[in-house]
Amino acid sequence: MQTIPLRLSEKWAWGALGLVGFIGLWASLSAFGIVPRQFLPSPLDVLTRFIHLLTNPFAGATLPQHLASSFQRYAYGVLLAAFIGVPLGLLMGWFRWLDDVVTPLFDGLRFIAPIAWVPFAALWFGVGIGGPILIIFAGAFPPCLINAYRGARFVEPRLIEAARMLGTGHLRMILEILLPAATPSIVSGLRVSAGLGWQSLVGAELIVAAAGVGFMMVQAQANVATPTVMAGMVAIGLVGMAIDVMLRQGEAWLRRRRGLQA
Amino acid sequence: MGSIRFDKVDKVFGPVSGGVKALDDINLEIADKEFVAIVGPSGCGKTTCLRMVAGFEPPSAGIVSVNGKAVTEPGPDRAVVFQQFALFPWKTVRENIELGLRNKNLPKAERDGLVAGALKLMNLESHADAFPHQLSGGMQQRVAIARAYVLDPEVLLMDEPFGALDAQTRVVMQEELVRLARVNPRTVLFITHAVEEAVYLADRVAIMTRRPGRIKEVLDIRSVRQAESWDRHERIEDVMDLESFVHLRTQIWKSLREEKGAHGV
Repeated sequence: MQTIPLRLSEKWAWGALGLVGFIGLWASLSAFGIVPRQFLPSPLDVLTRFIHLLTNPFAGATLPQHLASSFQRYAYGVLLAAFIGVPLGLLMGWFRWLDDVVTPLFDGLRFIAPIAWVPFAALWFGVGIGGPILIIFAGAFPPCLINAYRGARFVEPRLIEAARMLGTGHLRMILEILLPAATPSIVSGLRVSAGLGWQSLVGAELIVAAAGVGFMMVQAQANVATPTVMAGMVAIGLVGMAIDVMLRQGEAWLRRRRGLQA
Repeated sequence: MGSIRFDKVDKVFGPVSGGVKALDDINLEIADKEFVAIVGPSGCGKTTCLRMVAGFEPPSAGIVSVNGKAVTEPGPDRAVVFQQFALFPWKTVRENIELGLRNKNLPKAERDGLVAGALKLMNLESHADAFPHQLSGGMQQRVAIARAYVLDPEVLLMDEPFGALDAQTRVVMQEELVRLARVNPRTVLFITHAVEEAVYLADRVAIMTRRPGRIKEVLDIRSVRQAESWDRHERIEDVMDLESFVHLRTQIWKSLREEKGAHGV
């Protein structure tokens, strides 16, 4: 067992080894024809295709245009989840009766996978933007709510007592005591929401959309253009990683500002 | 005006039948502007007494009242200073002190004046815009005291306020509190397990028994303090050297020792 923490350079080296190993295995699987090339395109095919798609349209748009269209829906869905989930979670953390009303309902609903909403998304919204937003919302909403709720519920009791002793009313209690106290938990929740939302997005677009990365992949699948499907997967992975890295940075910044360790 | 009264107060934790009886028949009257300290072994329920006056916990039986009105909920007329300070870490010193005034809906100009006064009173002027985590423990407790004083409360409830401080800081804060009590006298209920602190600060000291906590005796320090003119002395160690001080301290010590199994009071 490794007990001494790895230096950053060593970490990068191990990470690179994993990536090289994975791509090597993948390349040999397709190069030696173990899996037919039509079903598993080689890494080089995918890379070439990826670069090609950056400037050449497929299914009506280039890859960056598809990504932009996806990202717009995604942003709407996640922001909607945050703007409803966080305030509701804080309110539930303060008003016990609201907790009692919402929790049983929510506990049942949150186990329904976002993709299960696809039929209704199609039925209610057709191919409009509402359908994918609903599905992304379904994926992103629970962590927003749960983390805001837990953050508000587990505020140090002394701080609540101090605020009550100072005559703090409900609204100010929620905005100036619960919200800042719960912020680290809320930000962690938003990170999870952002990830789940991005995962749900592709599911949403596989069925109800007229543009976007998911839509591009469905069109490619219909043409057995497997390198294009994989290029879409790579794009999704990269954007997902970028979103997570940015939110991690934000989280670390917030912790430093609060005088907590990063 | 700020009198406190405990009238046949019991406190039971847990289920009504079969719960743990923490306080048994507490009767105590604290007059306006009087400083009363409660001392007792740990777990005797002295903090629970304070929490009932603050309105954080209801008595199981009897009445706790302030100015003749039964306490039902916390409020700014009964300011609390906690052992662990309980400052809001995301608010600056100024914002911590100002919150109670904002809750009273005072206009900005008036708030600024009061906050400035409280900062000056506690020698915090140069730290007004610091966050609590940037201050030492003693400084943080000064902020907590300023936050309580600025509300001009009728009674001040202090729950082992210096218990988390190192010995030197503690002495400074005790002297500071005596100074405050002279400048701006309040009704104070002070909880401590440090006997010397109680004798040095209080007008009267109430001694509690082990659980279930009862008030065993109440000693009047005031008459001795005046007769022996303790207030002549600026420093706490000079007061602690006086024979009259040592005598009272020993008397309380003995009383606490008699509590079966009491150790490390």
